[in-house]
Amino acid sequence: MKACVSPEPGTEPGTEPAGADASGPAPRRRRRARGPRLHPFGLRTRLVLAFLLVAAVGCGTTAALTYRAARNAILEQTQDTAVSAFRDQVDPLVISLPVDTRQLRDSLLVIARQGKPRPWRVYAEYGTVRVSSTDRPTSSVITPELRARAQARPATPHGSFQRVVKNGKPYLTMAVPAVFRTHATKGTAQPTGLVFYAVMELDEEDANIEAMVSAARDGALPALAVALIPALIASRGVLRPVRELRRAAHSMGRGRLDTRIHAKGSDELADLARTFNESAAELERSVAELRDAEARARRFASDVSHELRTPLAGMLAVTEVLDEDAGSLDSDTARAVRLISAETGKLAVLVEDLMEISRFDARAAELHPDEVDAADCVRKTLQHRHWTDPAQVVPYLEEGIRARLDPRRFDVVVANLVGNALRHGAAPVTVRLYAEGDELVTEVADRGPGIHPDVLPHVFDRFYKADQARTRSAGSGLGLAITLENVRLHGGTVRAANHPSGGAVFTVRMPL
Amino acid sequence: MPRVLLIEDDPSVREGVELGLRRRGHEVRTAPTGEAGLAALGEFRPDLLLLDLMLPGMNGVQVCRRVRESSQLPIIMLTARGDDFDVVVGLEAGADDYIVKPARTEVIEARIRAVLRRIEEPGSGRSAVEFHGELAIDRAGLTVAKSGERVALAPSELKLLLHLTAAPEQVFSRQQLLEHVWEHSYHGDARLVDACVRRLRNKIEDTPGEPRYIQTLRGFGYRFGPL
Repeated sequence: MKACVSPEPGTEPGTEPAGADASGPAPRRRRRARGPRLHPFGLRTRLVLAFLLVAAVGCGTTAALTYRAARNAILEQTQDTAVSAFRDQVDPLVISLPVDTRQLRDSLLVIARQGKPRPWRVYAEYGTVRVSSTDRPTSSVITPELRARAQARPATPHGSFQRVVKNGKPYLTMAVPAVFRTHATKGTAQPTGLVFYAVMELDEEDANIEAMVSAARDGALPALAVALIPALIASRGVLRPVRELRRAAHSMGRGRLDTRIHAKGSDELADLARTFNESAAELERSVAELRDAEARARRFASDVSHELRTPLAGMLAVTEVLDEDAGSLDSDTARAVRLISAETGKLAVLVEDLMEISRFDARAAELHPDEVDAADCVRKTLQHRHWTDPAQVVPYLEEGIRARLDPRRFDVVVANLVGNALRHGAAPVTVRLYAEGDELVTEVADRGPGIHPDVLPHVFDRFYKADQARTRSAGSGLGLAITLENVRLHGGTVRAANHPSGGAVFTVRMPL
Repeated sequence: MPRVLLIEDDPSVREGVELGLRRRGHEVRTAPTGEAGLAALGEFRPDLLLLDLMLPGMNGVQVCRRVRESSQLPIIMLTARGDDFDVVVGLEAGADDYIVKPARTEVIEARIRAVLRRIEEPGSGRSAVEFHGELAIDRAGLTVAKSGERVALAPSELKLLLHLTAAPEQVFSRQQLLEHVWEHSYHGDARLVDACVRRLRNKIEDTPGEPRYIQTLRGFGYRFGPL
């Protein structure tokens, strides 16, 4: 018989150090269904960032190289033009030493008008003499460095120049020393000590360069924006299958094993999808096989009990006849007859319990709830079983609790727990009934040795025997399993534990 | 001792129940099919019908309906627990009570006695016929008439009506009614009460959907009136 109904792994009560818990709905660890999640550093973000980075580096490098080359070209051309123009202006000057300031100033004014490619301001320095084409004798833009180079010996007749930025404005400063050539020096130029300086503003070149920078930027920004499009397309191409895969995996997790992914294309993701589909099909097949086997086993248990019930109905109806007449038979026959009668009764209980368990397994057990007085309900259960001796069962029932429950099933729960306590524990058994929050709590405690910690997690198992050598007890071995199922059907929990002061305590909590 | 007609297709159950009841002094006639049972009905004139629901050919519910068409014979169904749908259908068809198989003979006999027991009169000084609205209830003659016309009530319906009208406007819970009218335990099947109330309403109410006589108090039970 034991082989007929095997404990279903899924309904095994959870184990706790202090006791065995059995929750109302089958203890499913169901994860909360999640909607599409936002990943701050998800695949899409990373792909887009990578594309943008590549585009930015490309644009930046190109722009920087172009900018540098163009800037140099512009500046060099300006410099060369200016320096050679300045030299051409200075060279033909006829200078008599010592300098005549007025004449020199006139010459400077002439040169200042010839500025090329742009107007310049011209200065001349000789010793401490300072002459300029403007109203100020010298310019603060001319650096000591340039002066030093201009007065170096041997002189550099073609002049030197320097780019200076002052107050945010770029200037080109040039210096050309006035030289004289003598036969004594064999044509080499000798510095006269007089140096001409020219200062030219470079703001137009600067504006040109500025325009180039903004052109580079204006070109780069649309390029980056354009780079977004392939980035989004690529990320969509990757993300859509990934999202589909996630949805499918989630759906499979919720038990929809027929979930499949639309796999198209020949890339790695399509391969992945196909692998997923194959695995899903395999899983579906194995689960279906398991379910079939389980359903067959259950149907078999149910069928067996059904078939046993009909002959039992006939036998049970005549056990009274056997009991009554046993007295007039010889002692051996009488014993045999009484044995048959007693065992028939037990068999009938066992078959009924098996039928009941089969109905729970087949989810065919129905709840017929009614609103009742809970204390009345428990009192009637105890009365009906003749558990009225205070030395055996002591009830502490809170009066006036109206509860919605199935009276027949609640009767089974209380009767099984009290019967179990009387059989395996020791009297007096206390039955406590009270409301706690929105729960109806029924507590059955005995004064026995309690339940061994190894046994505690298994007390609600079917046909579980604490001691393998122990012979069959008065119960069917299904009483606590049926209790558990009945409590679950009410959406409640039942828990077995040991009281600190000794004895086992079973606590049933059911919603009011 | 009451005469019992047992309709049961399984020979061992048939024989076992017959043997057990006969030992207790009942006169028992058995029939293996519904058709044979109906045929035996007229000739045997039983006081009570024990009816298996699962029968070959004409099933128990059909037999029950057929019997109710012409008589108010007490009917107890034999059923297997878990055949919940059959129980409800059988009760709707007019059965007074049911017994779950397998059952000991003492249980079967206790049910038979309960169904056959007459309602005990609470007070002797009352007038035989009571009037409640258009209902006239004769407690001595055990008849009920509505607007002067006799209403045929099955034993359980009659007992329920007598119990409720004995204390008009008092609320009875289903469990109380199970204990007093059906002599079941407190934890019996409340569907017996509900099915019986439905049948009774169909017979005595003007509009069964809006009952006047037998009113429901949701969460508490039933009461008679107030009219």
